[in-house]
Amino acid sequence: MIHILLSRWRQGHRTLPYPKTLPALPERLRGMPSLQGGACPAGCEACQKACPVEAIHPSPEGPRMDLGHCLFCGRCQETCPEGVIRFTRDHRLAVRDREHLQVFPGRELQLAAALEGELKRLLGRSLKLRVVSAGGCNGCEVDVNVLGTLAWDLGRFGIQYVASPRHADGILLCGPVTANMELAVRKTYEAVPGPKVVIAVGACAISGGPFRYQQEQRGGVGSLLPVDLHIPGCPPHPLTILDGLLRLLGRLEEEGRL
Amino acid sequence: MNEACFYVGRNGQAVALADVPDLEPAAFFEAIVAAVQEGRRLACLCADAQLRLFAVLADDGAGTLALARARLREPRYASITPRCPQAHLFEREMAEQFGIVPEGHPWLKPVRFQTLGVSGSPVEPGVMAFYRVEGEAVHEVAVGPVHAGVIEPGHFRFQCLGEEVLHLEISLGYQHRGLEQALVGGPHPLSLKFAETMAGDTSIGHGWAYCQALEALAGIDVAPRLQRVRGVALELERMANHTGDLGALAGDVGFLPTSSFCGRIRGDWLNLTAEACGSRLGRDWLKPGGLRYDLEPERARALRQRTAAVWADTRDAIELLWGAASVLNRFEAAGAVDPVQAREIGLVGVPARACGIRMDVRRDHPYGPYADHPVAVARAQNGNVHARAWVRWKELAESCRFLEEALAHLEAMPPAEEPARDLRLAPESLCVSMTEGWRGEVLHLVLTDGSGRFSRYKVVDPSFHNWFGLALALRGEQVSDFPLCNKSFNLSYCGFDL
Repeated sequence: MIHILLSRWRQGHRTLPYPKTLPALPERLRGMPSLQGGACPAGCEACQKACPVEAIHPSPEGPRMDLGHCLFCGRCQETCPEGVIRFTRDHRLAVRDREHLQVFPGRELQLAAALEGELKRLLGRSLKLRVVSAGGCNGCEVDVNVLGTLAWDLGRFGIQYVASPRHADGILLCGPVTANMELAVRKTYEAVPGPKVVIAVGACAISGGPFRYQQEQRGGVGSLLPVDLHIPGCPPHPLTILDGLLRLLGRLEEEGRL
Repeated sequence: MNEACFYVGRNGQAVALADVPDLEPAAFFEAIVAAVQEGRRLACLCADAQLRLFAVLADDGAGTLALARARLREPRYASITPRCPQAHLFEREMAEQFGIVPEGHPWLKPVRFQTLGVSGSPVEPGVMAFYRVEGEAVHEVAVGPVHAGVIEPGHFRFQCLGEEVLHLEISLGYQHRGLEQALVGGPHPLSLKFAETMAGDTSIGHGWAYCQALEALAGIDVAPRLQRVRGVALELERMANHTGDLGALAGDVGFLPTSSFCGRIRGDWLNLTAEACGSRLGRDWLKPGGLRYDLEPERARALRQRTAAVWADTRDAIELLWGAASVLNRFEAAGAVDPVQAREIGLVGVPARACGIRMDVRRDHPYGPYADHPVAVARAQNGNVHARAWVRWKELAESCRFLEEALAHLEAMPPAEEPARDLRLAPESLCVSMTEGWRGEVLHLVLTDGSGRFSRYKVVDPSFHNWFGLALALRGEQVSDFPLCNKSFNLSYCGFDL
């Protein structure tokens, strides 16, 4: 017992002070890309050719990027001869509408707005989520899972992962939805009592991600169910996921933070 | 072993296909059975759409890989599983992927419920003839594919007498996304990403196996300094996952201090990987021919300091386990695998070493930095949950030692200019590339066609060998001990399902 207490003392209190302050993010983190307008040489397609998932296309006003497809590998940034594309360390990436993930110079990312009306009243202070893993690589699950640990302590925001869909207010889905998981995803969704939300975490759940060309999958949860929140990344940083969840609940707006 | 039947090569070595003996199918299978009986291990047995067969037999003591091939004239042959249980899942896989019937296979069932398999007819996942125990008091428990918790999908059927599990059957395939087939025709821009997402928690293990195969087939050497950085990447991946596993094991026996601490510390290890390459899982850290992100002396120094600090926390958290009688009591009483059976079914990685089997790709088939900077192989004897936990604990210490040495070396050694590499692959060649991922042996078998494109890309995640081990560990246990036993293996669903 004394050893446990000593360890407790040594390990200390490590829950991150977020959202009061932002935790340190790695220097090489690839977050929100910044796209510069009017600097692309005529006919240059370097970024388009470098992208393994066709997430980026040149246009007269500059590169147009679909963050729902983007794997944040940074190859476009590496190959761009003019430095037009630059991945910043801005972790905030979550949006409500799939269409909002289309960005180009002059169009800022429209970060997720809060739920409204009845849903906000019901879920704003207590959101129970059933996490469904549907055919990805288990990478997003790693960073979804980590939010439940002491460092992030998701529970302090009233958000909790629950074991049964019957206890849930919505589903949080990772993976492109493989053909073999389609029925299970539908059944899980149907088992959640309404009103309910659907949250797509990661490029796979939004668009099929690196597997988007595979016939064995359905190209994301949006092909089956209405999606209320899209959190891009491959996988998204835990802070990106948490930021998205808190925005959906209106918790960042109301507290005027970050 | 009949040497004439095999080409005897090494890990990460490219060989012209013409140099691998092309056997008659009957001789091919006899050679496999004989080699396994003599103590070799069937590391891979696979087919392709032209009904060509390939086998890799590892001699872990001698550090060699024996390769053989054959071509079937018709899609059927006499199953070797009754004489060689290690072949059991490989034969089922060949049947599902290419319609090759292993006649007399005792357990011919779907592996992944591939919708685009040879039959072309739709298959329903999880619908198959499950093994059933009959009897008045016998009952069946079915779990999944969607489980309680943040876990990948899979279906488990327990045959129980009261609380006692008589048999567990595991039916997977829910994560199947067609990766082996997707790689055919490559390398293309997504190939490395496919390797990294075979099992996302083993991004480095699989990514490195992919890079190593390409480098061998292109005939290029990677500078020792860069290989050292790859070693850092792989060991950081091991640190994060072993720490997480030991924490989760503590959680499953209700020992919250270690569980709580390790949950956080696992994230600290992932953050070190992110510090090096921007991604917590090490995505895009490696690339064929070298690295996307190097560890410059200053970064290596910072990483070394943080490694020491995180290791202190890790050690402090995990040592609590070994002083808690309630934990030891539960760990020692659950999930024993018989070492003889472990060899028979071909377990690899942590569960194999927990049965006393001395096996580690880093030592047996050294690659990258591990020939010059060897790591000790951790082992335990009892094959139970405690043994698997103990092996992880020993491996943590050993990986940490490797990290400290490597980072100190990198601190003193600035990056050199790397020449651009020509990654044209040798045509009509074969390469078997293995790494020791944190779960165990990761194997990629790569075959090129006449123009140097992938004509077959076979992946064997350690989980492919080990899921059956979990089923064996459950025999005679209580249903309620399944979470603990499962966690002590912590196998990959997506790595199995591909």
